[in-house]
Amino acid sequence: MSANLSAFFYLISGILFILALRGLSSPETSRQGNYFGIAGMTIAIVVTFLSVGNFGLGIVYVLFFLLIGGSIGAFIAFRIPMTAMPELVAGFHSLVGLAAVFVAISAFLKPEAFNLGVTGNIKLASLIEMSLGAAIGAITFSGSIIAFLKLRGIMSGAPITFKGQHILNLILGFSIIVLIYYLCNSQLTTVFWTIVAISFLVGVLLIIPIGGADMPVVISMLNSYSGWAAAGIGFTLENSALIITGALVGSSGAILSYIMCKGMNRSFFNVILGGWGATDQSSSKERKEQKPVKNGNADDAAFLMKNASSVIIVPGYGMAVAQAQHALREMVDALKKNGVKVSYAIHPVAGRMPGHMNVLLAEANVPYDEVFELEEINNDFANCDVAYVIGANDVTNPVAKSDPQSPIYGMPVLDVEKSKSVLFVKRSLSPGYAGIDNDLFYRDNTLMLFADAKKMTEEIVKSL
Amino acid sequence: MEIDPFIFRLSIFILSIFVGYYVVWSVTPSLHTPLMSVTNAISSVIIVGAIIAALAGSGENIFETSSIFGFLAIILSAVNIFGGFLVTQRMLQMYKKKKK
Repeated sequence: MSANLSAFFYLISGILFILALRGLSSPETSRQGNYFGIAGMTIAIVVTFLSVGNFGLGIVYVLFFLLIGGSIGAFIAFRIPMTAMPELVAGFHSLVGLAAVFVAISAFLKPEAFNLGVTGNIKLASLIEMSLGAAIGAITFSGSIIAFLKLRGIMSGAPITFKGQHILNLILGFSIIVLIYYLCNSQLTTVFWTIVAISFLVGVLLIIPIGGADMPVVISMLNSYSGWAAAGIGFTLENSALIITGALVGSSGAILSYIMCKGMNRSFFNVILGGWGATDQSSSKERKEQKPVKNGNADDAAFLMKNASSVIIVPGYGMAVAQAQHALREMVDALKKNGVKVSYAIHPVAGRMPGHMNVLLAEANVPYDEVFELEEINNDFANCDVAYVIGANDVTNPVAKSDPQSPIYGMPVLDVEKSKSVLFVKRSLSPGYAGIDNDLFYRDNTLMLFADAKKMTEEIVKSL
Repeated sequence: MEIDPFIFRLSIFILSIFVGYYVVWSVTPSLHTPLMSVTNAISSVIIVGAIIAALAGSGENIFETSSIFGFLAIILSAVNIFGGFLVTQRMLQMYKKKKK
């Protein structure tokens, strides 16, 4: 196949990828969008085979390895529980990153195969592109591995900070740039390997100071990085499908990071430079004083909700941990039979990744038109009888609106306290991720339900 | 003077960033998780580079160092392509409207 014709097909596959993302603007068109994506990928792979045109034994091996990877991927995709989506996505990001590193290494070792010059005399632009692709890919890989370990609970979600951390990162980042410059002059293999090694280290150092609840930002950021790495390789290979895709994914991840940061009213750098828990230890001592709390049980909760005319459910990460989404759905069904109007309110940073709660509710067969975003539903709390907070905490804290001293001041929160009564399912009175006390616990219209989210919801279903 | 082809690729890149910007803002927030998994799948189009790398070996020796890295990259991106698209499909099947 001629180079011009294959370039044309790569363009088509790039356009199909744009349509794949476009489909996600509504659930109705989303499935069709996914098929566009699959079509784009198929075209890209077939065209590559045709343009290499080497139909020897090599191609048999390529298909064989493609099949191995494909079956592993398919197996994971069918077996993974929906609650494990954040770590799955983090894991997948690491694979894209590592694949980018491998392709860059291969291009460096055998530039003739890619039309980039010969070993020891690679074109300058290609050298810059491939080393950038390799560096970003390596950062994506090791960063995603750390994110994966934290999300999976293998590594503690607490931020790991040490003195001089930021300066070290800065020095390492700067040394990568210097080494790329040196590589361009010397074409030395060792320099190339050093760049890759330092980049792996930077990835680790970049993610360890970030705490568990900031993971939505981290995952989005790594998503963005994987895109830029792909684009870097795309420039090296002069392949428009890769350049288009890299740019799409890069900007997609960047927008998601922005949305997540805005949901916490924090700047991107504030999140990247370290967790909340690490900066705010002074306030934790003040909350030793005992304030009166109204304590309830499942029967009280069932009684309140049965006699309500409208209930808003506020799910959070705790719901995902307890796997309470199915029990929650049963509770809502029982309430609906009693003529209660039920809707769901989702905070942008609820859960561990963008849209985490929506997927879990969809899994439990909750129709998506009953689920609302913060801006859509926040005014409805004033007219609602009961707010059922399950596994959420900081995102409901009214302190964010009233106390300029509070670390979460200015963060958009759900106006849960405006509803006639609040049912708060929580295991204990411990503060949330931000390390601050939730004022809501001590209000007159709040009834605390101390239990595991799933158990409590099941008990409520029984007494309904 | 002739324009360097690099400039054309850079133009594609920058225009695609803008396309991405507008397309992604139109994605409904409830589909942000499928958005991440599908972007993951499509960024594995890097398999194109992996295939070229894997087939670069000379006739007698299929497994040169550079092609081994290519084959490894094929496995990694294949996991991602199949895993990413299928898990997205699985998620999207779950989004249903209220039964009337």
